[in-house]
Amino acid sequence: MPRRTMIEAIRDAMDVSMGRDDKVVVFGEDVGFFGGVFRCTQGLQAKYGKSRCFDAPINESGIVGSAIGMAAYGLKPCVEIQFADYMYPAYDQLTQEAARLRYRSNGDFTCPIVVRMPTGGGIFGGQTHSQSPEALFTHVSGLKTVVPSNPHDAKGLLIAAIEDPDPVIFLEPKRLYNGPFDGHHDRPVTPWSKHELGEVADGHYTVPLGKAAIRRTGSAITVLAYGTMVYVAQAAVEETGIDAEIIDLRTLLPLDLDTIVASVKKTGRCVIVHEATLTSGFGAELSALVQENCFYHLEAPVARVAGWDTPYPHAQEWDYFPGPARVGRALLETMEA
Amino acid sequence: MADAGMLRFHVPEPEVRPGGTPDFSNVTVPKAGSVPRPEIDVDPRTIRDLAFSIIRVLNRNGEAVGPWAGLLSDDELLAGLRHMMTLRTFDARMQMAQRQGKTSFYMQHLGEEAVSCAFRKALSPGDMNFPTYRQAGLLIADGYPMVTMMNQIYSNEADPLKGRQLPIMYSSKEHGFFSISGNLATQYIQAVGWAMASAISNDSRIAAGWIGDGSTAESDFHSALVFASTYKAPVVLNVVNNQWAISTFQGIARGGSGTFAARGLGFGIPSLRVDGNDYLAVHAVAKWAAERARSNLGPTLVEYVTYRAGAHSSSDDPSAYRPKTESDAWPLGDPIVRLKNHLIRLGVWSDERHAQAEAEILDTVIAAQKEAESHGTLHAGGKPSTRDMFEGLYAEMPPHLRRQRQQAGV
Repeated sequence: MPRRTMIEAIRDAMDVSMGRDDKVVVFGEDVGFFGGVFRCTQGLQAKYGKSRCFDAPINESGIVGSAIGMAAYGLKPCVEIQFADYMYPAYDQLTQEAARLRYRSNGDFTCPIVVRMPTGGGIFGGQTHSQSPEALFTHVSGLKTVVPSNPHDAKGLLIAAIEDPDPVIFLEPKRLYNGPFDGHHDRPVTPWSKHELGEVADGHYTVPLGKAAIRRTGSAITVLAYGTMVYVAQAAVEETGIDAEIIDLRTLLPLDLDTIVASVKKTGRCVIVHEATLTSGFGAELSALVQENCFYHLEAPVARVAGWDTPYPHAQEWDYFPGPARVGRALLETMEA
Repeated sequence: MADAGMLRFHVPEPEVRPGGTPDFSNVTVPKAGSVPRPEIDVDPRTIRDLAFSIIRVLNRNGEAVGPWAGLLSDDELLAGLRHMMTLRTFDARMQMAQRQGKTSFYMQHLGEEAVSCAFRKALSPGDMNFPTYRQAGLLIADGYPMVTMMNQIYSNEADPLKGRQLPIMYSSKEHGFFSISGNLATQYIQAVGWAMASAISNDSRIAAGWIGDGSTAESDFHSALVFASTYKAPVVLNVVNNQWAISTFQGIARGGSGTFAARGLGFGIPSLRVDGNDYLAVHAVAKWAAERARSNLGPTLVEYVTYRAGAHSSSDDPSAYRPKTESDAWPLGDPIVRLKNHLIRLGVWSDERHAQAEAEILDTVIAAQKEAESHGTLHAGGKPSTRDMFEGLYAEMPPHLRRQRQQAGV
C-alpha cells in the first residue's frame, strides 16, 4: 500500500472528492496556484481548473461567509484557513451562521462545508501560529469537530467530512504533517514513510466521524488524547512502562463516549491530554463525562495534562508543550493515587 | 495655516434632535428624470457621479419621466401598489398583535415598502435574496402566503420554522428568500458566495444581498465588496439607507464618505443611488443591476435613499432620539401615495378604488390572521413541541443530543 505524508493524504482526500463530485470546490489564502503554504492543495487547480480551486483574499470571514452562501446554493466547499489562529474573524460566520442554518431554517437551507485549519504548536510558530482552538468549536451547537492524528485517518476523515451534510471543522495538527511527533523535539524526526499509519490506500474510503480508535490496548489506565498528543502519550506510556489503554478520539464532536466509558470502566483510571490551554479546554468536558459515567469505577481522580493557561510562547515552546515527561508524571501519579 | 493646536475628537451629530424642527435641507433631491441611464456594459469609471445623485422617475405631478421610466405596464404598477398596501396593512395588524401579546416582537416597513416590493419584480424565478429583517415585501410581492408568515410570527403549531426563530426571521428557498439571521451584515458576503457558486456552476441565476445603512460599518460589508469585485460575482448589493440605525443616525456609519453608494467606487463596482420611495425608480435600477449580473458584467451596488417612518422595532421609541414630525418633512414622500397619484394620473386608478382596495386588503389580512390564530399564538393555543427544539440541528441527531432529549423527557 502506498505511504503518504499527512499533507499528501489530505491533498489526496480533496483530489478524490473533487474527482467524484463536481460540487466540491476548494479555496483559501494561497490555496490556488501555489497550493497552500503547507502545500495541501498543490496541483488541484491545475487538475480541476480555477473554478474549482482558487486563491481567496486575506479575509477569513469572507472565505467562510462566501462558503456558506455556496453551500446554500448547493455546492460543497472545502475551505482552508491558513492557520487555526487566523479563524477568529470567521468565528461569527462559523458559530452563528454555518452552525445554525439548518436549525433556524428548519432544513430549508443547509450548510455542508468543511473548514480545514492547521492547529497546534511544536514548529516555533509563537502565539499566532500554534493555537489549538478546538474547544471554541465543540462548545458551539451545530458544528462537528475533527482532529486526525495520522495520514490514513486524515484522508478517510476528510472525505467523510466533505460528504457530511453539516458543517465540519477539520483541525490538522501541523506538527504531524510530515511525521509522527512524540514530543522529543531533540531527536530525529520519523517520517510517515516509516510508520504503519502512513499507509494510505488509493481512491475512495472513509473513516466515519464520531468513532474513536484504540491505539494501544491496556488494563491499568486509560489515556484520552487526539492529534499530536496521541504520540506523546505513546512515548510516555513506553517510558513509564505502564500498561495503558490509549484512545485516539479522532472526532471530538460527535464524541465516541461508548468507547471512552467502556475503557475507563475496565481500567478505573483516566488521564486526559491535550495541547490546548487547560481552563475550559476540551479536557474539562472529557473529565466531566468520565466522572458522570464512570464514577463508581474510578480508583483515582481524573487527571488532565494540557498547555499552560498562557499564550503559546515562542522561545519557551518546549516548556509550554505538554511533552512525554509531564504526561508520564501524570500517569505515575494517577497510578499511585 | 493649518490648525496645529490641541487635538480635538470628532463625533458626528444629526441635524436635529427631539424638540427641534426637522431639517432635510442637506438632502439634495435632483429633478425626476434628470439622471441619465447608462448602457449596462458601461465603464464603471465613467458613471461615478451616479453614486452621488438620486435616480428618480416619479415627479411631483405624479408623472413618470426620464430615461429610467417606461418599464412597467399599468397592470404591473397596479399590482405593485397592491403589494405595498398589503405589506403596510400586514405590518399594522402584526404590530397590533404584538401589542396584544400575541407575539414577542415585530418589525415594520412603514415608508420603505417600495424598496423590497419593487425589487422583487426585477428578479427572475430562481434568483436568491439574502435579506435583512426589513424586506418582507420580497415575500408579499412573490405571493408567499401571508398565513405562513403569520404562523412564523406567532411561533405557533403551523410555524414552518418550528418556533426556533424570532418573529419575522422568515425563510423560503422556494421564494428566493434566504433564512434571516438576526445578526447584521453576515448575509451580505453569503449572497456573494451564492452568486459565485452560480457562476462556478455556469447557471443563469443571480443573487441579491441586502444591508442597512448602519450595518455597512460591519467588516462583512467590506468582505462582500472585496469578493464581489475580485470574482465579478453575479450579485446585486443593496444598501437600504433609511437614515436611522435604531437611534443612531446614518452619519455614524457613513463617516466622511459622501454617500453609502460611494463605498463601491473604490472596488470598481458601478454604484448607483436611487429614490427608495419611488416604486418605478427602484424597479428600473434593480432591473439594470440584475441585467448586468446576468450578463457576466459583475456586481452593482445600489443605495436606496428612504426613510424609516416607523420605529426600528416593537421595542423601540423613536421619539426619544428624533423629532416626531421628521417623517412628514422627509423630502421623498410616501411610496404608496406617490404610486397611487401616478396611477390616478394615468387614469387607471381613483381615490374611490383606492379606498375600496384598502378595505379589501384589510379583509384579506384579517382573514389570514384568523386562520393563523386558529393554529395558536405565542402564549396561547397550539405551539411547536419541546421535541422540535432538539430536532433538525444536524441531519442526524448525535448521541449527546439524544441523551439530552431523553433527559428533557421528550
